[in-house]
Amino acid sequence: MTAGCGAPDQGVELPVSTDLSKETVLAGRVVAGGQPVAGAFVRLLDGTGEFTAEVVASPSGDFRFFAAPGTWTLRALSRAGNGEAVLTAGGPGLHRAEVAVG
Amino acid sequence: MSREDVLVTADWAEKNLGTEGIVFVEVDEDTTAYDGGHLPGAVKINWTTELQDPVRRDIVDKGQFEKLLSANGIGNDDLVVLYGGNNNWFAAYAYWEFRLYGHPNVKLLDGGRKKWELDGRTLTTDVVSRPSASYTAQEPDLSIRAFRDEVIDSIGKKNLVDVRSPDEFTGKILAPAHLPQEQSQRPGHVPTAINIPWSKAANEDGTFKSDEDLRELYGQEGYDEAKPTIAYCRIGERSSHTWVVLHELLGQRDVKNYDGSWTEYGSLIGVPIELGAGK
Repeated sequence: MTAGCGAPDQGVELPVSTDLSKETVLAGRVVAGGQPVAGAFVRLLDGTGEFTAEVVASPSGDFRFFAAPGTWTLRALSRAGNGEAVLTAGGPGLHRAEVAVG
Repeated sequence: MSREDVLVTADWAEKNLGTEGIVFVEVDEDTTAYDGGHLPGAVKINWTTELQDPVRRDIVDKGQFEKLLSANGIGNDDLVVLYGGNNNWFAAYAYWEFRLYGHPNVKLLDGGRKKWELDGRTLTTDVVSRPSASYTAQEPDLSIRAFRDEVIDSIGKKNLVDVRSPDEFTGKILAPAHLPQEQSQRPGHVPTAINIPWSKAANEDGTFKSDEDLRELYGQEGYDEAKPTIAYCRIGERSSHTWVVLHELLGQRDVKNYDGSWTEYGSLIGVPIELGAGK
């Protein structure tokens, strides 16, 4: 069976197979007024603003993407409002950002 | 076919929940979303285990499709309204499969789960049980399904529309960016394919763009309306989304979904592959 295209669980922990010396992982949390927002739709946009991927944030507001080095925009849509954050990944590794909505 | 024949709005869906003769079906790869809350009265179909054969790599056959719909209480005369997560990717795949097996009356909920949730509409965890039906499918309509040999024969002849992200198209990555890059087949795209990501056809809330915007988009990207078309992605669900756009919304006549898509093509021995932007 081929691995699907649906978003895997957006837990805090990365899959054990993740090699952070090679992979560029963008991770973070959606918040409103400092509190995590569960179930927000988080869109990864590339340096030109073009859509790249989308996941649903976990109950703790966490999300992650497996991307490439570069400058990315994380845009979150939620019932509490929308918001975005810019994240620059200079190279492989785990890069984190918080996206405030409201 | 007009837009109203293909899509229903969230408002329409809300007003028609529980209506006799209308069956709402949530389609996802992972049905935990459904289990956590679904449209009242909706049944669920698991894309991975129920729309594909559990052993061979293929879609379910006519008999399996009949069994699935019968078990979910869907009759030949019912209007089936499909929706799901991931901007309706898997619902669009199901839509294509319902068309393939000749279901006459099937529509997509425009915006899927995302718009429904963002609108704050009702979701329930109530267990849904419909009395089983006796469904009879048609023979598969292969005029909307492409296989690998046809794709190879179409190089330089038909519109080959690769709907993956630009980085997947150019060969930089092998899977969408929300997934670990674990596939082993070769990266790249089918030579002469044009890259029109599925996402360009959708608004931020998951609804389809207007017919006018869609025509403009495909025109700008070098899509030739006079030629037959084959759409593909990685596993055939994002290309189903584009198949809905081209065949159903824009009314292009000869449009096929290549559901084998890149996981098949990129693993074939000896076929031509192009890397880079390709334009």
